[in-house]
Amino acid sequence: MKTIKNVTRRAALTLAAGAMTVGFGLMASTSMAAAEALKVAAIYTLPVEQQWISRIHKALNAAAERGDIEYVFSENVANTDYERVMREYAEQGKGLIVGEVFGLERAARKVAKDYPETAFLMGSSFGAVAPNFSVFDNWIHEPSYLSGMIAGATTESNVIGMVGGYAIPEVNRLMHAFMDGAREVNPEVKFIVNFIDSWYDPPKAKESAFAMMDAGADIMYAERFGVSDAAVERGVKAVGNVIDTSGDYPGTILASALWHMEATIDKAIANVKAGSFEAADYGQYSFMSYGGGSLVLDEALVSTEIVEQVRSKEADILDGLFRVNVNDARPVSDN
Amino acid sequence: MLDILNILLSDSFWAASLRIATPLIFGVLGALLCEKSGVLNLGIEGIFVTGAMVGWMAVWLGLGLWGGVLAAAVAGAAFGLLHAILTVPLGLSQHVSGLGVTMFATSLSYFTYRTALPAVSSPPKIEPFRALDIPVLSDLPFLGPVLFQQTAFTWLALLMVLLVWYVLNRTPLGVALQAVGDNPDSVDAQGLSVYGLRIGAVVAGSALMALGGAFLTMSAFDSFFFGMVNGRGWICIALVIFASWRPGKALFGALLFGAFDALQVRLQTEVGAVVPSQVFLAGPYVLSIVALVIAARRADYPRALLTPWFKGQR
Repeated sequence: MKTIKNVTRRAALTLAAGAMTVGFGLMASTSMAAAEALKVAAIYTLPVEQQWISRIHKALNAAAERGDIEYVFSENVANTDYERVMREYAEQGKGLIVGEVFGLERAARKVAKDYPETAFLMGSSFGAVAPNFSVFDNWIHEPSYLSGMIAGATTESNVIGMVGGYAIPEVNRLMHAFMDGAREVNPEVKFIVNFIDSWYDPPKAKESAFAMMDAGADIMYAERFGVSDAAVERGVKAVGNVIDTSGDYPGTILASALWHMEATIDKAIANVKAGSFEAADYGQYSFMSYGGGSLVLDEALVSTEIVEQVRSKEADILDGLFRVNVNDARPVSDN
Repeated sequence: MLDILNILLSDSFWAASLRIATPLIFGVLGALLCEKSGVLNLGIEGIFVTGAMVGWMAVWLGLGLWGGVLAAAVAGAAFGLLHAILTVPLGLSQHVSGLGVTMFATSLSYFTYRTALPAVSSPPKIEPFRALDIPVLSDLPFLGPVLFQQTAFTWLALLMVLLVWYVLNRTPLGVALQAVGDNPDSVDAQGLSVYGLRIGAVVAGSALMALGGAFLTMSAFDSFFFGMVNGRGWICIALVIFASWRPGKALFGALLFGAFDALQVRLQTEVGAVVPSQVFLAGPYVLSIVALVIAARRADYPRALLTPWFKGQR
């Protein structure tokens, strides 16, 4: 009895604190849509500036601004704390909990089982679990392929450098799609691939990029922060991933494969509200046909010929006439 | 084999080594100053984070690059003072206090950053230190790119090596500082303040550590990220033993680590298809452990390191 009382009191306290922090911001929207606003919490293992997380954060903020949801989040939560934070939000009665469980796949599924009334939508390398644990990921291999075509056609040294964070499936498959795209237009192209084993060490990513340029790379695949900075300093071109950074590095970013989480989030919100949320793989909502992925390119930097080629390939993908190969294996340098 | 030789002979490799070594040079010098006086400062990792955040934030707020350097040093000194008060007059465990300072400084930096910038989509950038372009010198073959196309911040690090060496070996203050880490009773008998010397050394050393962090956000990169210090502070604690508490060897140790790191990214590029990247990433750490084992046998520990001193108590 005592434990239950304690838990409730702690939950109430956290709820009060949470309400105080977000209360003012949401007061306007909640007063209008209080009745149907869904309570959504997100738990991130990195700060919200991180590329991947920033896309989820943006989509949830957009939904909150529309008044569809009440949104709170915890960032920079260590994997070892993650389970506890999941339970806290579930105890608070959130309708939908969004996050990423790449570092605690099994534990997260256990938590979801304990709270069948709560919908979980988690970034994961593995599958959904009935009744309430759904998964998503940034399946933007299609625009990655297209950005690879641009890189392959633009390189003059025929050497492309790629700096990755960790060699995990969601990174690997985008890199492979990029490489396949480049090879389609330029069979001569060679790749140098490095992993820095950190999501968030820009100076290290930058040094890695410099090393590749020393080895002859004239286009950089910028999977991490820091790579485009190195490209700017040496005057070479870069290809972006997940977010559009062309504003920060003018004249450097040839193209970027963008991820739009809105399609995934909005679908999940609608399902929860309609009471039809089920364990499912939301990965497809990151595909181009759902508007979950897109290619942005700088026409000033890319030749019109290749732009046409890319646009026609894009149309083929959207029409279902071309399927980008999915390869989760760790990419390696060509020798 | 030929590849490695080619890498080792290239100017870009040595330029990268010095760049990677710069934050470590500051960190090792800082740790060296603290430990010379008898105080281990495990707050270094957190002080790096503080320096990175405060230096960057100061420039972002318009204080200018050197204003940022100064702000970082002051912030580092403040955490140094906290550690010094806990460990010198109060004589608390230096390990516990240091780790506490690391956690506190790290969290406070993140908290300040997030409070000041609650809703940024990508971290704001500053105009960082640029590589110097010195007429004639920068155009020298080999030496030009390695030494004279670095940023002024790297030069500050090299200057600090000289300064710390000079103060420790050529001034009365240095003699007193070395003595307080070896035999505080003798310093007290001379009528000098043991507390004053130790607190001063820890404060100055912590200011240097913060500069190491500031280099990351103001020269190596141009924005602040959570977690970007990534263990660099801890490396310095190992390097200071490797350096046997000598500034010249500290420079050498930092450069050696920088060179290992610069080599591993280049080797990963060459033979990454055969050997997993983790092997290369672990390389610099493994090599520093090996170097440590060799060097530490002859290490000249400050004899009163980790030993609190209380007046009138022997």
